[in-house]
Amino acid sequence: MRLAPISLLALSVLLAGCGEDAPPATYLDFQRDLQTQLIKAKPGTVIEIPAGTYQLDRSLSLKVSGVTLRGAGMDQTILSFKGQKSGAEGLLVDASDFTIEDIAFEDTKGDSLKVVGGKNIIIRRVRTEWTNGPATENGAYGIYPVQTENVLVEGVVAIGASDAGIYVGQSRNVVVRNSRAERNVAGIEIENTVDADVYDNVATGNTGGILVFNMPNLPQVGRVTRVFRNRIEGNNHRNFGHKGTPVASVPAGSGVVINSNDDVEVFDNDIGDHKTANIIISSYFSTGYTDLSTAENFDPYPEGIHIHGNRFGPGGDSPDHLELKALKISQFGLNGRLPDVLWDGYVNQDILIDGRLPADRAICINNGEAGIINVDAPNRYKNISTDIAPYRCSLPPLPAVRLALAEQAEEV
Amino acid sequence: MRSVLLLVLLTLAGCNQQPAPLYLPEGDHYPDKLSDWGMLQRAGGYLAPIAEALPYDLNTPLFTDYAHKLRTLWMPPGTAATYGEAHFDYPVGTVLSKTFYYPRDAQGQLLLNEADVRDPQRGLALARVQLMETRILLKQQDGWVALPYVWDAKQQEAYLQWAGDSREVSLLDAKGQTQAVDYQVPDANQCAGCHEETAGQGNNPLGPKARHLNKAFAYAGGSHNQLQHWQQQGRLQGLPDQLQGVPQNALWPTPRNGESLEQQARSYLDANCSHCHNPQGPGRTSGLHLDPHTPLGIAYGLCKQPVAAGKGSGNRLVDIHPGQPDKSVLQYRLESVDPSVMMPELGRSLMHAEGVEVIGRWIASLEGGC
Repeated sequence: MRLAPISLLALSVLLAGCGEDAPPATYLDFQRDLQTQLIKAKPGTVIEIPAGTYQLDRSLSLKVSGVTLRGAGMDQTILSFKGQKSGAEGLLVDASDFTIEDIAFEDTKGDSLKVVGGKNIIIRRVRTEWTNGPATENGAYGIYPVQTENVLVEGVVAIGASDAGIYVGQSRNVVVRNSRAERNVAGIEIENTVDADVYDNVATGNTGGILVFNMPNLPQVGRVTRVFRNRIEGNNHRNFGHKGTPVASVPAGSGVVINSNDDVEVFDNDIGDHKTANIIISSYFSTGYTDLSTAENFDPYPEGIHIHGNRFGPGGDSPDHLELKALKISQFGLNGRLPDVLWDGYVNQDILIDGRLPADRAICINNGEAGIINVDAPNRYKNISTDIAPYRCSLPPLPAVRLALAEQAEEV
Repeated sequence: MRSVLLLVLLTLAGCNQQPAPLYLPEGDHYPDKLSDWGMLQRAGGYLAPIAEALPYDLNTPLFTDYAHKLRTLWMPPGTAATYGEAHFDYPVGTVLSKTFYYPRDAQGQLLLNEADVRDPQRGLALARVQLMETRILLKQQDGWVALPYVWDAKQQEAYLQWAGDSREVSLLDAKGQTQAVDYQVPDANQCAGCHEETAGQGNNPLGPKARHLNKAFAYAGGSHNQLQHWQQQGRLQGLPDQLQGVPQNALWPTPRNGESLEQQARSYLDANCSHCHNPQGPGRTSGLHLDPHTPLGIAYGLCKQPVAAGKGSGNRLVDIHPGQPDKSVLQYRLESVDPSVMMPELGRSLMHAEGVEVIGRWIASLEGGC
């Protein structure tokens, strides 16, 4: 199924050639045609959009399962939502067996591509970008699958989101690979998700590179995330997120941030050039909320964290947040630096055995010379420690995500 | 049985120009013209529900840029809806119509007000209203279908627009100020975005439920409780004998005696938010549930951090901060008209000042801290 815009474009070119005014910026007919096709699609429908830049002023949506939406390339087929009048996203998908590839979403008012509640989702070679660069008024998320299952995000590019460039929320069985996240507040964020593999990505120029978070008051608690073979460098952008959002608490200059999540393995990455810390491990309590904001069953403690075999570049030389700045200077001097791993020190006292976490709940750092600083936030930075000994341990490797969509893609 | 019914309908249609009500239990041959549904009739410069349809309205309605709404319910002859406390079971073939319009003065200026301009006998005076759109909700064998029809400039006919439409209008308010409305007719998917209250379960009617319908309505023959009227007309079965046992939302804009501020606020959030913000709805990913069954706690927004609000947080830390509407994300999003911030996400381009006022007053009245 092909769209009509070629003829439409040809028509406007002809008109322009006759000395008429340039066609209006919004291709209303294109928008109507495309949305109508999305509404009337049947399982198996492939909607192809030829190369071109198309202006839209309201959001698109798809509710039919089994549909493929395909452009001619992330730099060829561009849906531009500059001046969008309605809709909280560029494209909202509430369907399963959905594939989108080779297309770009630019300057959406809110989120660019939101997929909610489907299974078997492929998002491939899609670019989401706010072309004015990082700005607080930009939309929140670029690539945004939420409450999805069996998700492959590969080869995407996400730039300029005022929250997370690639944000996977409350999902199961997810692979994010070969993608690039640049100049967002969070580059890649995995939140309340079970079984995610994040590998072979580049995160650079964000406030925080790759985040693995758990938020309270949601139906699904996240666990089991592997972050490996990524290049996470120079994520020092001023935090331009909005207070109240989970990313607002991320200090500028954070490589990997693990917050309140359990069973996270970070290995074989290149992580460097982060002014605050190459890796931060923290609790929901460090984000400024009290237990009035959390349901009783919420576990705010990061546990079962295993950091090994990463190659760390410089970091910790000029941390964000006043407390950390003061702490750095007092502990390490003006020209010193914080260790590679920063932990806020919140720990669940109820599960300690002889004052230590059980082996499988431990924070383990088995990463050569890399050090840790426990800033003892629960006691307002009283007993800061840089003793690595309690963290010298290993955890069994986490299982790889088994995702048929990803295995098929590799064979192609 | 069905063929007999169709025959009857066809025979009736032959008697006058008004198309008979369209019975469409299956198939997707939806008429392009609204008039082919036969739900509304034009006579003597008025647009009115056909005699076989029941007009109705709601205790506290959804706000849609101050548009007025003419709602009708038609069910196939001899059928009736079955009462349920949460929602009614409507027979296959049921057609709900909702016509959005603005009143206009003698000079043609559209007016912003919440007054009822409908004549119970004759309907809407076409010279004094601007018709915008009519939404059809049709119950078929495999579920409800939502169809948006957009009125032409002469108000002669409305046409099916799958992809919706938009129109700029200007409203004059009681203070003599005009407000520009970027009126958006939803596309068929956006209809489902609200009407699919339970993800994956298809569309449902939102308005015609017990708690919204349980109110008096000005019928041609006088005022009567809508539920009892339906029952007496044989169009509703299973209504409890005592109306005291039937849920009832607060009346908008002027509450009944004894309806508390909290009831008003919760009724407003119910009508405007709960179709998405319920544990099974499209807004479930936020963890914020504004449906009548969720108690006033974290899940209802009290001291709750937003999850994926993005700039919708407005730099505020919690959805509802007791005593402090200015620190509450909920208030911020009701006040906004930015498409990426405002709530609801669809259906308005103006702030509902009166709604914002009630919610703000309610939040201010809450005690405690976060």
